[in-house]
Amino acid sequence: MEKSDYLDLYREMVVIRRLEERAAELYQKGKIGGFLHLYIGQEAVCAGIGSVRQPQDRIITAYRDHGWAISSGIDPKVVMAELLGKVDGCSKGKGGSMHMADVDKNFWGGHAIVGAHIPIAAGMALGDVYQGNDDAVTICMFGDGATNIGFFHEGLNLSKVWDLPVLWVCENNQYGMGTSVDRASAVSEIRQKAEGYGMPNERIEGMNVIQVREDATRVLDRIRKEGGPYLLEVLTYRYRGHSMGDPERYREKEEVKHWEESDPIGIFHKYLRDEGIATEAELEATFKEAEKIVEDAVDFAENSPDPEDEALFDHIYAEPTPVEYKGYRLERESEGR
Amino acid sequence: MARMTMREAISKALWEEMERDENVFIMGEEVGVWGGTYAVTKGFYDRFGEKRVRDTPIAEAAIIGGAIGAALTGLRPIAELMTINFAFVAMDHIVNEAAKLHYMFAGQFKLPMVIRAVSGGGRQLGATHSQTPDAVFAHFPGLKVVSPGTPEDAKGLLKSAIRSDDPVLFIENATLYQAKGEVPEDEDYLEPLGKSKVQREGDDVTIVAYSKMVPSALEAADMLAEDGIEAQVVDLRSLRPLDMGPVIDSFKRTNRAVIAEEGWRSYGVGSEVSARIYELAFDYVDAPVKRVAQAEVPLPYNAHLEQLALPQTEDIYHAAKEVVYG
Repeated sequence: MEKSDYLDLYREMVVIRRLEERAAELYQKGKIGGFLHLYIGQEAVCAGIGSVRQPQDRIITAYRDHGWAISSGIDPKVVMAELLGKVDGCSKGKGGSMHMADVDKNFWGGHAIVGAHIPIAAGMALGDVYQGNDDAVTICMFGDGATNIGFFHEGLNLSKVWDLPVLWVCENNQYGMGTSVDRASAVSEIRQKAEGYGMPNERIEGMNVIQVREDATRVLDRIRKEGGPYLLEVLTYRYRGHSMGDPERYREKEEVKHWEESDPIGIFHKYLRDEGIATEAELEATFKEAEKIVEDAVDFAENSPDPEDEALFDHIYAEPTPVEYKGYRLERESEGR
Repeated sequence: MARMTMREAISKALWEEMERDENVFIMGEEVGVWGGTYAVTKGFYDRFGEKRVRDTPIAEAAIIGGAIGAALTGLRPIAELMTINFAFVAMDHIVNEAAKLHYMFAGQFKLPMVIRAVSGGGRQLGATHSQTPDAVFAHFPGLKVVSPGTPEDAKGLLKSAIRSDDPVLFIENATLYQAKGEVPEDEDYLEPLGKSKVQREGDDVTIVAYSKMVPSALEAADMLAEDGIEAQVVDLRSLRPLDMGPVIDSFKRTNRAVIAEEGWRSYGVGSEVSARIYELAFDYVDAPVKRVAQAEVPLPYNAHLEQLALPQTEDIYHAAKEVVYG
């Protein structure tokens, strides 16, 4: 990794953090509607895996998807525009927080029904095998809560029976909504569930982005070489409240120490400084760049127009198909691109 | 043209499309080595191999979810549900994923996939395996729901469904598999999705039907003809999109209609079609529109009781007589 790569990674993590913090504020102001699931605290997972996946690797995740959207290469402006339901959003304002995608970046959503995307991920891997895309791995994320639903078990079983190249990533943030893992799952280590399908698996720490990168690289290489699925349980935390990423905001030494030990951005910050990869001033400057990127994204999103009324009828079907409005057939047709 | 059963027509459509396009493949329970529970895919495994004729675990969410994923990569999966009653296990993937992904991601995702499912009662399979819940699926925008009533349409509609870039639920009625008819042999014979079709001309009463009720309606029309009543039979063929054109054209001449479906009456196809007749042709109504449907009970096992619950040709005949005041 070059120095600039390290700083890019650091900037990306701060962008994700800041974007979520700004999203929370905009939500409070009523500018973002519906549900808003923040990724704060889990940045090392998407940044780590996102930075080592290859362009042919498909990314598919659940509803906590803003971080993955950015790590997959979607411009934060476009992510923010989608959060505000604007026409410049990645789903043109029709998806919202939980339904971000950019097929050109091989980022396949953004799926809001817990666990439902797991069999879909298996199907995408089948598509690659079928078409001879031998180097492609489908990387599918889900929370610990999703491992208790039937979709998970059907999907994992199918991936093993058909020996599909899927990296199953459980982002274990210890809670499925408000219910802790030990109150919802019969086994305390999610990775144990892969054992039931004869699937290789391991549990790793997910707070250190460098560690996540190394582990993900190793496992992706293994899948590419040996084929078949692999389950990675990544221990992480989501925390709103203890959400400030900015070292400047910490006044007390103890707070800084806590940040550098428990926050993925703090941990990486300390690593870059202690390893002599970047100076405090350089990190500070990178941090400021990230903040600027997010502020620009907010400006862009706020100035982006709402979709036209006509858009209501776009993309119901891919083929020209008559559309109806309030029971009456309209002259126009629904058609995708 | 060649005379064949609906089973053969469906099998032929699948075979021809598999031969035509490498990206078409079949996945489902017992579709391969077994040859299909209803023998529709008999011989496919030997011809196309296990890559393209894929036996799955008994796991409907994995079948439909997996097909969706494969479709997203550009393949054209045909996912077979052994019966439509098992679609409830995969309900989320049908209504929350297949029907919505194209719209929700603003056209980025395409789902060129077909779900084949066997619907209908009358085979003493008991309440859980005998339902005709077609209308349930027709409720959801984003999904196309097709159900043929003749072998000819079965071939032409299934081929169109396979070539369609949209997710299509293709509903077959098990008791129609033996129904025979003339079927075009042209390998590019296609029937358009979302178009109703007049199966019999007549000026006195309009009988709207689809799937199993099409042959019943035609039989009833023959009975009516003996009484001097000429019925026009309109086959919906597609429940979504619903093409009311031929229905309304016919109704404006006959001013009387009977709608026949195998499923339950409440919130059903007949409810929808009759509501639209009143909305679109109220001035032409000479008699209340009649619905013929299944008795509102879970279907019993006992053969006599089961037939008592299912709509019969005679029910259509009597309903037609009532609306023409015959």
